[in-house]
Amino acid sequence: MRDVAVIGVGETEFGELWDRSFRDIGIEAGLKAIQDAKIRSEDIDAVYIGNMSAGKFIDQEHVSALVADYAGLADMHLPTVRVEGGGACGAIALLQARLAIASGMYDIVVVGGAEKMTDVGEVQAAEILSSTADQEWESVFGATFAGLYAMMARRHMYEFGTTREQMAAVAVKNHKNGALNPEAQFQKEITIETVLQAPRVAEPLGVFDCAPLSDGAAAVVLCEMQKARKFSDAPIRIAGSGQASDFLALHDRRDLTTLDATVIAGKRAFHEARLQPKDVQVAEVHDNFTISEILAIEDLRFIEKGKGGPATAEGLTALNGKISVNTSGGLKARGQPVGATGVAQAVEIVRQLRGEAGKRQVVGARHGLTHTLGGTGATAVVHLFERGD
Amino acid sequence: MAIPRFWREIQSRYNLIGTKCGSCGKVDFPPRAVCPVCGRKSIGKMERFRLGGKGTVVTYTVIHDAPAQFEMQKPYVMAIVEMDEGVRLTSQLIDVKAENVTIGMKVQASFRKLGQEGEAGVIHYGYKFRPAA
Repeated sequence: MRDVAVIGVGETEFGELWDRSFRDIGIEAGLKAIQDAKIRSEDIDAVYIGNMSAGKFIDQEHVSALVADYAGLADMHLPTVRVEGGGACGAIALLQARLAIASGMYDIVVVGGAEKMTDVGEVQAAEILSSTADQEWESVFGATFAGLYAMMARRHMYEFGTTREQMAAVAVKNHKNGALNPEAQFQKEITIETVLQAPRVAEPLGVFDCAPLSDGAAAVVLCEMQKARKFSDAPIRIAGSGQASDFLALHDRRDLTTLDATVIAGKRAFHEARLQPKDVQVAEVHDNFTISEILAIEDLRFIEKGKGGPATAEGLTALNGKISVNTSGGLKARGQPVGATGVAQAVEIVRQLRGEAGKRQVVGARHGLTHTLGGTGATAVVHLFERGD
Repeated sequence: MAIPRFWREIQSRYNLIGTKCGSCGKVDFPPRAVCPVCGRKSIGKMERFRLGGKGTVVTYTVIHDAPAQFEMQKPYVMAIVEMDEGVRLTSQLIDVKAENVTIGMKVQASFRKLGQEGEAGVIHYGYKFRPAA
């Protein structure tokens, strides 16, 4: 396999972007990444797009060709690929693009992730998110997406004594980080009390335990490593990638407080990269709910199983803590345009490893990790990045 | 949801019909064509199996933000129930106050209305669970 590096990154602001369409945001992120990479459009060999559900959110399928078209690339007749895999689609698109370059088929691929969620109402948007769970054996009976994560939270509280305050600490930390990110949807700090007193969504989770509905897009330019050095002084190498799946329905899984897909995707990525969790200074993990970040830091072996709650409350995962988790603000504060998530996480890690993260810069960041979930954990993807110098 | 889509699953939703692997004896619900434990060895050996309807709450939640279909029922309790046969499923818990639900609670299946197509469409029935007698 050939080595692959990220040579350009770009993203839109995340939030309720009523004045901008799916095509507007997809193109903005892509063009920023291309500009950052200093490549010409003639250099691009293919375009990969992570998108969860444009068909349901904006009644538009075939968004891969659409984005290339409106990015002004139609005349190049590039191969375009849209990847679906629930919330993990952006991370899978990144993995597939990496493989396409590693194989020698392409040299430069633009990977985008985008979702336009606010063209439908909130109730409908929540139902669309639920469609990544098991429609026939979970949703039909009244289980919502938040409800399924709430059941993981309840079980984690029961088995390990995790408290609502500890879960709230995830939201407080991520809002604190988001306040330092000019592209985040929420750039305002919150308190534990705000989280605890918020209206309930699915007990024990309240509104502030949940990531928001967002519009947004992110893009990265991937390039074969030798060629990457011609375009960039600081190519960020993809050191390892792992993807894993599991039973679609939460109730069928081996354990309700461990996402086996995360464990296995993490092991695969670390094995390929020949790295250990202790080698990672900065991680973007899938905090679509506060409990999700606690599960992720445990399942990725940054923190011992069952101790994710206390570790967060003690600040081990805060900016420049033992490991800096979700410096962008995470899905919670940066926002959650589903298809964009995996790619936006990569954008943040690249900025951190380049030393371009501004006020939220992690000191001495050399290795970074992204972790992205599809559904309630039936898919997980982990990528490891390292500075190429 | 189209009528045939619900109708296809009536056996399992009305009568808790699952499958039992003829190779290892593992019970699955809903029915599976391939046993997740035995894989290829189980093909053609998955036997129809009816669950007894009794189980234990493994975890639960109280839903406050509900899909349009469940708006009139909120707040309602959802649980993952481990059936006495070992297989787990997701169901609404009824005939119990949310504050009285506990992990480990014994429950039994009950035949109930699950929902309906719009305001005048067909009614969907299936299982919900209530505290065991």
